[in-house]
Amino acid sequence: MDTIARGAGPGIATRVRHWSRSLMRGRQPEPLPVRLDSHRIYIVPTRAGLGFTVLLAAMLVGALNYQNNAALLLTCMLGAALASSMLLTWRELHDLNLRSLHADHGFCGARVPLHLAFADDRQPRHGLRISIDKLEQPCPLQPGNSLATVTVPTERRGWMALPRMQVSSTLPFGLFRAWSWITPAGHMLVYPRILRDARPRERHDDPNDRIAGGDEFANLRNYRPGDPIRHVAWKASARHDHLLVREFDRAAPGQPLRFDWNALTGVERETRISRLTSWVCDAYAAAHPWILVLEDRRPIGPASDAAHYHRCLSALAELP
Amino acid sequence: MKPRVETPPGTRVVASALGALPFNLLCASVLCVLAAHAPHLPAWYTAALAGLLAARWWQRRGRHRRVSGWLRLMMLVAIPVVVTLVYGTPLGQQPGAAIVCGLLVLKVLESESTRDARMAVGFACFILMSALLFDQSLGSTILVGAMLLPALATLRALEPGLPERGWLRAFRPGAVMLAASLPAALLGFLLIPRLDTPLWGSPGNGAASTGISDRMAPGDLQHLLTDNAVAMRIGFDGAPPRAAERYFRGAVLWDFDGRSWFPGVAATRRRSPVPVRILGPTVQYDVTLLPSHQHWLFALDVPIDEPDAAQMGPDHTLWSIQPINQSVHYRVASATQYRLAPEELPRAVRAAALALPDGFDPRARALAAAWRAHSGGNGAAIVRDALELFHDGGFAYDLEAPPLGRNSIDDFLFDTKTGFCEHYASAFTFLMRAAGVPARVVIGYQGGYWNDFAHYLLIRQSNAHAWSEVWLPGRGWVRVDPTAAVSRVVLAGTGAAGADVAGDGGNWWLPWQDRLDVINRWWGQTVMGFDTITQARLFRPFGIDHASAQILGIALAVVVFLALGAGALLASLRPRGKPLDALARAQLRLQRRLARLGLVRGSSEGPRDFYLRTAAALPGQALALQELASEYLALRYRCCEPPPERIRVFVRRVRQFRPRRVVK
Repeated sequence: MDTIARGAGPGIATRVRHWSRSLMRGRQPEPLPVRLDSHRIYIVPTRAGLGFTVLLAAMLVGALNYQNNAALLLTCMLGAALASSMLLTWRELHDLNLRSLHADHGFCGARVPLHLAFADDRQPRHGLRISIDKLEQPCPLQPGNSLATVTVPTERRGWMALPRMQVSSTLPFGLFRAWSWITPAGHMLVYPRILRDARPRERHDDPNDRIAGGDEFANLRNYRPGDPIRHVAWKASARHDHLLVREFDRAAPGQPLRFDWNALTGVERETRISRLTSWVCDAYAAAHPWILVLEDRRPIGPASDAAHYHRCLSALAELP
Repeated sequence: MKPRVETPPGTRVVASALGALPFNLLCASVLCVLAAHAPHLPAWYTAALAGLLAARWWQRRGRHRRVSGWLRLMMLVAIPVVVTLVYGTPLGQQPGAAIVCGLLVLKVLESESTRDARMAVGFACFILMSALLFDQSLGSTILVGAMLLPALATLRALEPGLPERGWLRAFRPGAVMLAASLPAALLGFLLIPRLDTPLWGSPGNGAASTGISDRMAPGDLQHLLTDNAVAMRIGFDGAPPRAAERYFRGAVLWDFDGRSWFPGVAATRRRSPVPVRILGPTVQYDVTLLPSHQHWLFALDVPIDEPDAAQMGPDHTLWSIQPINQSVHYRVASATQYRLAPEELPRAVRAAALALPDGFDPRARALAAAWRAHSGGNGAAIVRDALELFHDGGFAYDLEAPPLGRNSIDDFLFDTKTGFCEHYASAFTFLMRAAGVPARVVIGYQGGYWNDFAHYLLIRQSNAHAWSEVWLPGRGWVRVDPTAAVSRVVLAGTGAAGADVAGDGGNWWLPWQDRLDVINRWWGQTVMGFDTITQARLFRPFGIDHASAQILGIALAVVVFLALGAGALLASLRPRGKPLDALARAQLRLQRRLARLGLVRGSSEGPRDFYLRTAAALPGQALALQELASEYLALRYRCCEPPPERIRVFVRRVRQFRPRRVVK
């Protein structure tokens, strides 16, 4: 009696705590790698599964009523086969191991690709689906190819917690749906929204504009020795086997553009950020050097390379 | 990677279009269903449905065209109408099967989404099962079981992850699941409590009933005599009875209405069986009777006790209270040499055995009266006269008997003179009664095929037979087979009276047929004959004398629980380690050899760092190690498909590499 009484008090409390934690498993952020063990896989019949249950019941009643043992045996076989397909469905998820992930940079409002690397095991998982924010995306895994890419919807700029992912499968017969939750700990940076209808920068916005001339380039031509390296159109060059250089209407190579937070007045804060973002993007696309001046911060730049581009966008994203 | 709208659990599944592979598999499944039902549906009907299916497949091949709604509506109306016209009623097993087959094809016609296809597959499984209601032999059960495979493959193909031409791979999960779940299915089969009484209807009515019925009119037996289906199998304890004694008694028919014979009041009156005096040794035997949907249990003439769950009528007929809707197994003892009710007949019985309807068959009556006058009322002499008439009167045995008019006995005796057992038994019994000899008709089986491999007698429906019994003073009821007296047989072999061949000639494959039939017999006894009584005895070895439905239910629940547990355990087992190609194996071998020298690769250490470290630690072999490492890195990471000969060279070099620690 004594031992039971002593053992039961904290034991139950601990058990309840464990139990509630296991219920919450997958819903709280957890560090990678995440392995789906049997305690965190849920499985229920789909609508088709419920339909087949009714059908099997009808077959059973029919076979029993007509006292037909062959039909009963067939019903038992079909029932056992369909019921045990539950185990195959469960197996699709069981032991799935999410090793690592990395998020691409993306702009707010767009779907940002999230690259997932699962542990490579011998089992193919053809029916794996990952849904993020109610969008189900198939990501079949095979031995030797255990990488998958899903997209994440973004609504706000700045650091965003990695999304909660529902990993699910209905293989092999679509009669059961197994699912599990994975919420990787960590954050991804979402760049500010690009203003598609961004008003072109007006003269008075930027005194350098006139000097900088057209930030619209006219055309691409082959690289000639002596061309400034920042005029190389890297993205376009990647599609060819030689370097391409942008030619500008009125080349003002020495003069970087200046995007000044403080010069943009009279607009809402988020619109301001978005406008600066679009300008940065445009300038980067044109491979034209630029300087970003944010409120009470040191100007960033001038430069026109990818690192500068990402530094600027990160700074814009992280603005309070 | 095209995202689609997600469906949270519990919400309506968004219908997605049906791909080519699942559609083809669906067509194959439905074709299987049609094949399973083909034996009992009109050939033209099956052909029409198959043609419709083929047309639909052709129409949807390559392009996703729909069938017009009007056409489908028309078919929906036409199918029941056609079936009703053919069968006269839309109700019953065969019309029902015809209608559901038609509706299944109609479902394929409208299947455009995965949801449609799933419904069609479920429907197809159900209809496949219903095919077994017509024939539950081992062969057809295996066939129908195999026909589940395309249905399951369709379900698999509706799920993602199959290549476009991966139809063979679609079959894999279904086959694996069916094979793996066989033990569980068998346990379920043993433990699912059977129903004592059907929930609805009488399963065996109308066309579904097979075998001998308890009514005999001219031509009734004709369809049976050409039916080679197995009726029962009988294993004898000792030697089988002689061929001449193989008469298996079914029903005794007393009443005649001028055309048909019925069991009548005398047989149904509750009396104890008439006394039988046994003259010779008795025969013990086991009978496995296949479903007949009738009440009669057949026993060698004449049974002397009744088996369990059966009753013996006053005429030594055996009948079960429940219709024989599934295969039954029973054990009886019979006497082949006997005197049945040799003492005086009770007045009422005698009256019933002499009763004839007025106003029929005057010529037969006159003939019988002449015999009676000629023999002075001697029953044995009258019987002899009648048999002589059948033997010498130009009578012929022919299954294609001409139709008879109102005076059926007269027409047969004096005009057509052609018929088979029931004509002869009917006419003979009529003549006996008209001549004042108490007589009655017995229907049952006669003959049979002796399976020499497993020593049992196989009785087919074509062994159905009708004969007579006359009551002679001092000898009791004596069996007389008037058909045996007929000398001219037109269609030999198929009829019961035509010798003991039962349709199987002396072919070379006969021994194999015997062996095959042994399996069928086993199937009939153990599977088809598994009934409530056998089930109740299931737990006798465990000390439970009568397993009630509750006990069976508990056992079933335990089995389901254990099966799921075992399945989960099996499913969680998975091959240890990663899939390794030759390159990785060789690399691991190299690592193991280095580990023996204490150079263990850390879990966070990449291969390049590791080999740099080992090269530094083993200066004597640094060059070789660096070469191996750079070759490995090149093979592993530089190209997607490393050339196999380079891998082979690498493997050989790793095998030859022996790391040696420098002795310090």
